[in-house]
Amino acid sequence: MRKLLFESLTRAPLTEAPPDMELADIAALATTLGDVARRRLGRSLSIREIDAGSCNGCELEIHALANAFYDLERFGLRFVASPRHADVLLVTGPVTRNMREALERTYNATPSPKWVVSVGDCAADGGCFAGSYAVVGGVSAVVPVDLHIAGCPPSPETLLKALVALIGHVSQGARAP
Amino acid sequence: MQSMIKAMAGTPPHAHHPWPRRIVDADTWSALAAQLAEGRWTLAGLWGDAGAVHMALLDMSRGESQGELAVASLPCPTGQFPSVARRHPPAHRLERTIADLFGLEPVGAPDDRPWLDHGRWRVGHPLGITTETSGEGAPYAFLTAEGEGLHRIGVGPVHAGIIEPGHFRFTANGETVVRLEERLGYTHKGVESLMAGASLERAARLAGRISGDSTVAYSIAFARAAEAALGIEIPARAHWLRALMAELERIANHVGDIGAACNDAAFALMHAHTAVLRERVLRQSSACFGHRLMMDKVVPGGVAIDLDRAGAEGIRSLMATIRQAFPPLIELFDNTASLQDRTVGAGILSHALAHQYGCGGYVGRASGRAFDTRRDLAYPPYDSLRFDVPLFQEGDVNARLWVRIREVEQSLGLIDQLLEGMPSGDISVAIGHGPETREGIALVEGFRGDILCWLRLDPTGIVERCHLRDPSWFQWPVLEAAIEGNIVADFPLCNKSFNCSYSGHDL
Ligand code: SF4
Repeated sequence: MRKLLFESLTRAPLTEAPPDMELADIAALATTLGDVARRRLGRSLSIREIDAGSCNGCELEIHALANAFYDLERFGLRFVASPRHADVLLVTGPVTRNMREALERTYNATPSPKWVVSVGDCAADGGCFAGSYAVVGGVSAVVPVDLHIAGCPPSPETLLKALVALIGHVSQGARAP
Repeated sequence: MQSMIKAMAGTPPHAHHPWPRRIVDADTWSALAAQLAEGRWTLAGLWGDAGAVHMALLDMSRGESQGELAVASLPCPTGQFPSVARRHPPAHRLERTIADLFGLEPVGAPDDRPWLDHGRWRVGHPLGITTETSGEGAPYAFLTAEGEGLHRIGVGPVHAGIIEPGHFRFTANGETVVRLEERLGYTHKGVESLMAGASLERAARLAGRISGDSTVAYSIAFARAAEAALGIEIPARAHWLRALMAELERIANHVGDIGAACNDAAFALMHAHTAVLRERVLRQSSACFGHRLMMDKVVPGGVAIDLDRAGAEGIRSLMATIRQAFPPLIELFDNTASLQDRTVGAGILSHALAHQYGCGGYVGRASGRAFDTRRDLAYPPYDSLRFDVPLFQEGDVNARLWVRIREVEQSLGLIDQLLEGMPSGDISVAIGHGPETREGIALVEGFRGDILCWLRLDPTGIVERCHLRDPSWFQWPVLEAAIEGNIVADFPLCNKSFNCSYSGHDL
């Protein structure tokens, strides 16, 4: 173990440069953020992930955000275990009828100000599962969504860009152009 | 096989490939259930259809690498069939699912509670004769455990980590788990209803999204069932490219999960290192095939994208990187006493249960069940490759992790052979259809175990019925047994060592 730890000291870090923060669809989000939110949140956001019925593909890429290449935490973004500690709910999947109530309850358990980010093509409108008797639809059919990140699944790079832009807007209290 | 087919003594229906299907009567059906209970066959699947139930049986009596599969079908004109679970418990949840989705009643079943249907769909028996329901949800009667000082802990469906939803109901005596009962179905998306009436192309995309971590394996299972039904031979290069993708998927999942399990035992260093390896595999997969998880790259008829010289070189250097980085991590895993303290002896699954339930993948292979579809019902190109099927006997968390470690090593060797011997030529053939109704079945080894796909195509090539059975169906139930007598705090670690799929199970 000592050798491994020692090597990590001497090797260059794997972590890559922060992504370019321009992302057009973030703009819409900015309008929902006020001064109060900015003061309260500073430059950090706590994220609670909710799988509302995904195929687990989106979760795999959200997980990857924590690896040494993306190192989400350096941006002040961290995953928390309870919705009560969260500023942001990151929701994946088409919302299944069997998960609808759990999603609503998690949303209600999250203190304001809060933002909902839907992740993956399924989360937009049910994706390829739309129209099933077991699926409500996209996340916005159940809780208000502030930002959508497209992809099946979105790559960690796409996720990181969107989340970093989100925190940028939150901390600057920026308005849509 | 001959003995199994004789035992079925029924008439063959539509063209059904590559293994036989027989229509049987209720007596034969019950006799087969009794033979399952005796351990003569292994239950490989049990699913509903319009007015019928089907049961896939695996026969390993001829020994290693000589497995045979057959399907028995029982028409249910009165909406009933003799319960298999009454004699053979692994059929339990499958029968409850048949009752939920098709409204067919397993007569004599010991447990008649719904399984996937939580009373939220606004429709009863969505794949059978439908009824309207309120959709307001139905109460669920959890099993009880009684005694002094027992208390209950309910967890989920939303969990603390970034994981799929499911509910666990523990009954504990102090810290010790007396009973665990799982409740699943939260991610049920109605995939089988979406597949009915879909084109092959759309159904293949759905199959690749049943469990995102196994998208390649599912796509292969679906494609093989379709090709079997239509009697299509795909080019050799397509077989080899599929296997290359499948082994990359296996390595990515195994290295990622080995680290994640160590993380659940509070050993984060391992996780940090294996997550880097997993990321490297995903990046190389994306560079070669255009998608990090390789979704939609295996299609009926072959594969959607060819591997070029640069891609092959990239994979070779990835293999070299893993060969260098992996052994020191394994040494660390093996030499860290605090880690061993958590993994050795925790969550033991008995050989008897592993065999009775036909547990696939590392769950079975850590408990003495040496079954691997790639060897035992070999499909190309595995029938011409050299590899071992690692086997452990202890059945604990540690053994499950060791199987996965050894399988990473085997996959590295397989990828060497695949790159070395890759045939040249086309990567796909055109897919036709009909002219009559056709059926196909496939069993494919995903990282988690054997995935079954059964498919019926109508004369125009449209999917009439498709059933996909995740390996987790035969792993989730035995997790309940393996956790008994362990402390509640060890559940996350035990659960991770099984790493069952929620979405793959819930469909
Ligand atoms: S968007 Fe794609 S990866 Fe994400 S849950 Fe849906 S099907 Fe799975």
